[in-house]
Amino acid sequence: MGFYLLRRLLQMVPVFLGTTFLIYVMVWKIPGDQFAGKCGERDCPPAYIAAMREKFHLDDPLWLQYAKYLGNVVRGDFGETSSGVQVLQQVGATFPVTLRLALVALLIEAVIGITAGVVSGLRNRGFLDSLVLVSTLFLISIPVFVTGYVVQLVFGLQLGWIAPTVSTPTWGNLLVPGFVLASLSMAYVARLSRASISENRRADYVRTALAKGLPQSRVVGVHLLRNSLIPVITFLGTDLGAFLGGAIVTEGIFNVPGVGGLVFRSVLTKDGAMVTGVVTVLVLVYLLMTLLVDLLYAVLDPRIRYD
Amino acid sequence: MSRARLVPVAVAAALIATGCGTPETDAGGSDTEAGISIFNTEPENPLVPGNTTEVGGSRVLDALFTGLVEYRNEDAQPVNAMAESIETSDSKLFTVKIKSGWKFHDGTAVTSKSFVDAWNWTAYGPNATQGGSFFSQIEGYQDVNPKDPDGPEGPEPAPAPKAEKLSGLEVVDDTTFTITLSEPFAVFPVTIGYEVFAPLPEAFFKDRAAFEANPIGNGPFKFVSRSVGTEIKLTRNDDYTGDDKPKFKDLTLKVYQSRESAYADLVANNLDFMEELPPNALAGQKYETDLGDRVVTRETLNNQTIALPFYTAPYDNVSLRRALSMAINREEITQRIFEGTRQPADGWVHPLMKGYQPGQCGEYCEFNPLKAKEEFAKSGYTGEIVLLSNTDGGHQEWAEAVANSIKNTLGVEARFVPTTSFGEFRQKVNAHEMTGMYRSGWIADYPSIENWLTPLFRTGASSNDGLYSNPKFDAKLAEADKAASEEDAIRLYLEAEKMLAEDMPTIPLWTQKTIAGKSNRLKVANLHPFRKLDLDSVEVA
Amino acid sequence: MTEQITVLALDKPRGLFGDAWHSLRSRPVFWVSSAVILLMVLMALFPSLFAPGDPDAAVLSRSRRGPSADAWFGYDNQGYDIYTRVVHGTRASIVVGLLATLGVVLVGSAIGIMAGYYGRWLDAIVSRIADIFVGVPFVLGAIVILTTLNAKELDVGPVRIVAQVVLSIAVLSWPVAMRIMRATAIAAKQQDYVKAARALGASPRRIITKHMLPNCVAPVLVYSTIALGAFIGAEATLSYLGIGLRQPVVSWGVLINSATKYVRVAPHSLLFPAGFLTATVLAFVMLGDAVREALDPKLR
Repeated sequence: MGFYLLRRLLQMVPVFLGTTFLIYVMVWKIPGDQFAGKCGERDCPPAYIAAMREKFHLDDPLWLQYAKYLGNVVRGDFGETSSGVQVLQQVGATFPVTLRLALVALLIEAVIGITAGVVSGLRNRGFLDSLVLVSTLFLISIPVFVTGYVVQLVFGLQLGWIAPTVSTPTWGNLLVPGFVLASLSMAYVARLSRASISENRRADYVRTALAKGLPQSRVVGVHLLRNSLIPVITFLGTDLGAFLGGAIVTEGIFNVPGVGGLVFRSVLTKDGAMVTGVVTVLVLVYLLMTLLVDLLYAVLDPRIRYD
Repeated sequence: MSRARLVPVAVAAALIATGCGTPETDAGGSDTEAGISIFNTEPENPLVPGNTTEVGGSRVLDALFTGLVEYRNEDAQPVNAMAESIETSDSKLFTVKIKSGWKFHDGTAVTSKSFVDAWNWTAYGPNATQGGSFFSQIEGYQDVNPKDPDGPEGPEPAPAPKAEKLSGLEVVDDTTFTITLSEPFAVFPVTIGYEVFAPLPEAFFKDRAAFEANPIGNGPFKFVSRSVGTEIKLTRNDDYTGDDKPKFKDLTLKVYQSRESAYADLVANNLDFMEELPPNALAGQKYETDLGDRVVTRETLNNQTIALPFYTAPYDNVSLRRALSMAINREEITQRIFEGTRQPADGWVHPLMKGYQPGQCGEYCEFNPLKAKEEFAKSGYTGEIVLLSNTDGGHQEWAEAVANSIKNTLGVEARFVPTTSFGEFRQKVNAHEMTGMYRSGWIADYPSIENWLTPLFRTGASSNDGLYSNPKFDAKLAEADKAASEEDAIRLYLEAEKMLAEDMPTIPLWTQKTIAGKSNRLKVANLHPFRKLDLDSVEVA
Repeated sequence: MTEQITVLALDKPRGLFGDAWHSLRSRPVFWVSSAVILLMVLMALFPSLFAPGDPDAAVLSRSRRGPSADAWFGYDNQGYDIYTRVVHGTRASIVVGLLATLGVVLVGSAIGIMAGYYGRWLDAIVSRIADIFVGVPFVLGAIVILTTLNAKELDVGPVRIVAQVVLSIAVLSWPVAMRIMRATAIAAKQQDYVKAARALGASPRRIITKHMLPNCVAPVLVYSTIALGAFIGAEATLSYLGIGLRQPVVSWGVLINSATKYVRVAPHSLLFPAGFLTATVLAFVMLGDAVREALDPKLR
């Protein structure tokens, strides 16, 4: 297991390099003039542009730029934006908020999704199954921005049940945005676990367990669930990574001061240093998450061995 | 780039002067110790006046600094703020006397040196400020901020400046300094209410980083704290010497990612003021039922136009430009799309401007399908018409409607081409790479009729992006710049504006009646003609 | 999806897929969803058959008028006929959903099953490459890719606009299909039937295509049917952020997005495109479910 872990950590290095290089190229190299639109509706003064090109080493060849950037990142220096804001400090301020939102969403998604999936999977083609099918379909087919906007409009503006935006990101305040964020994936989780359960419940080990005379609850709770949740866990793990950087729409609608808003603003204002910095951090987080999911496999499914 | 100004429309809106106007006397029953929160976007630059030209930073600096002049709330005319007097006999040499006894928030005195040093710092090329070019009219600008002969991306580095200070600025004594311009410019005193002309304290020059983290101004509000991406907190400067003392204590500028979410907060009374409501609030005049008597409206000093690229055929064809202008049903679009919050424009100068004369554009700005078709036939053009716009500033709806109006009237294929971000759009505009006509607009930098003509239409002017050029028009402007009296100048500027109608260098669309909203906590909150909250007027119940 | 199944069914009249086809034929759900999908595909192919009007005809004076005999779905904010727009918007939505799903599923599951079966260095390399793409969160990645692609020219044709969106969705999503397939393949590899086949000396190619694929295809199939709907929705989200489909392309996403702002005064302009979207997604997922149950010998 220790060797496996070490190998996995080593494997992260090329992935990290690949992702950051891709993003670096896309953000800094392709779009042409980085500083257009930075000074309102007029050209920036030449002296300003020259200073910025100098600051971000834009006159160096690409590999050298990237090497310099990487060198700084390794030393823990993610650079500063053209407006002089420290990237790492910004990420540090916004990331905990997004993490909290992501955890809320993940919890909602896992609890509701798995419950719905298991219940409908056990009662194949019953009323409950159809209910889950229809309601998950409904959620899948509506884009998140519509769900979020309508929730905000109806419950926040018209009825006044919730605060329309998140002023302070406490756990409670993040419930509604978390629900909206989770709505789409919740449907995925429900469907995945339903598929998995209804497939596995006729598996030999379930029959064996039942034949042994184990109570139904134990068969479902221990044998069936544990084996059926493997694809679901994969999905949840991937999803947490997605939530951490993909909450752009939800964060925007509910004005959650998280990473999503930061990075979207940075992309639109062409704040290259911030975009590369945030993505680098998100990639690191994601890589660790993947490792965790793979380790969970082994714990859940004894048939899988890492050696 | 001789005289740079900005036309801040989508992301960037400029011109902010510290709260001004005659203070309302009735303060009875208002809570002077209350705090309010107002809408803001994340400042894109460090909070230094000479280095901020976009609206998110301007809203903050506006409250922190007081410049030489400010623009009155009633009519946007400049009044002296920190200036005791600004005098000139030839429109070239200006003698500025400032009021004594003013202090920065750190207790140091504001002297004429604070202004001159700040201006020199901002103008100095190697400091690479965004506002540097605002000083280009002052003598010696070429020496402190020389042009890069092959552009910033060229291999040659920008030549080293020959001087560190503008030769046109001279400190006479603690309260007097002189400004010498390279050319006479009659309306110069009107222009310096813009915040890049604010004074800076000694502390800034000693430790710039510390200043940026904790800006020190001389205005009605002091900096308290900033949480990047969330909010900036300011509090009343109780030692403030100016007469625009705020009638409440704490000011929080809340950062919103979208105007829709800010509006939701405003309706729920979680936000105290927002100066421009989003389209979803305007649709069907929903804001009236949502906000009731909390709606604040005001005609503001900005307009919307369609710019025509003179470098791209067929837009260099005058008949076509006229045909396009006459094919746009401004009345219907302002009613249907804007719910009456825009007024069709009949010229290039804003109606609120001193000297404005209605109908300067004449028949060419009126919807007239018959004449439009006639002119279109005369132009000989039959291909498609393209209208480009960025869509991140709520421009999608009207731009699409304009394209459809042209299409339906002329029976020609007219397409609206949206662009995601203001930056990309701007980049192509600056590079003169527009393949069709495009959205443009203008917010006055300073309230002068001149500001609606020179920067936009003079040959080679900073915001003449369409590359329009008419020597006769240029000559008329030059004549007006040197005019002896304001009346003469206005008359000449109006004659110049009249010339534009023949050429249609841009198509005037409409001016704005801005709809703002306040929370039920605010008794009074007025909108300034520069489309911002008049902080001075705010009273909390 | 349908074509794929039919082709497979024709290839092997008496095998697994032949049986599946047999059981599918008797299920009403299959026929209903196929009919809806067929209708949508017809609309995508020949929109003028269903709505002869010009989708780009806007008359501002009829802005936001409700449904009537003249205009079944009413008019939107610009005075477009919503029915005509929705019908003509089918093509872009279906094309984006289908192409993106096809790309994701074909690339993802081919790579995934091989990675799962062979394991070792192939698995390592493939997983790392997948990590590179999936490490960037979907919306964020799409924003970066699309802003980069958009930056070059402002005025590009409809084909390029659609291609960009399909490409960015596929590039960012194939690792999901790959991971699902890989996880299933890893589990399947340990199963007796694979061990037996290997012991009998079957070639890896035969094991993968004959034994593992039919047994591993169910989760990816479920994913793909859901993904198809999600991609049509993702297209709408990208339009909402201003970087996805846009003029001159009309899609359900574009329509939903422009209607959202006016939902309080003209709810019908949101209702109809959203209804079409929901119906289509519903049809695809029901079809997917039916096919999965038919394919899976354990469920029959």
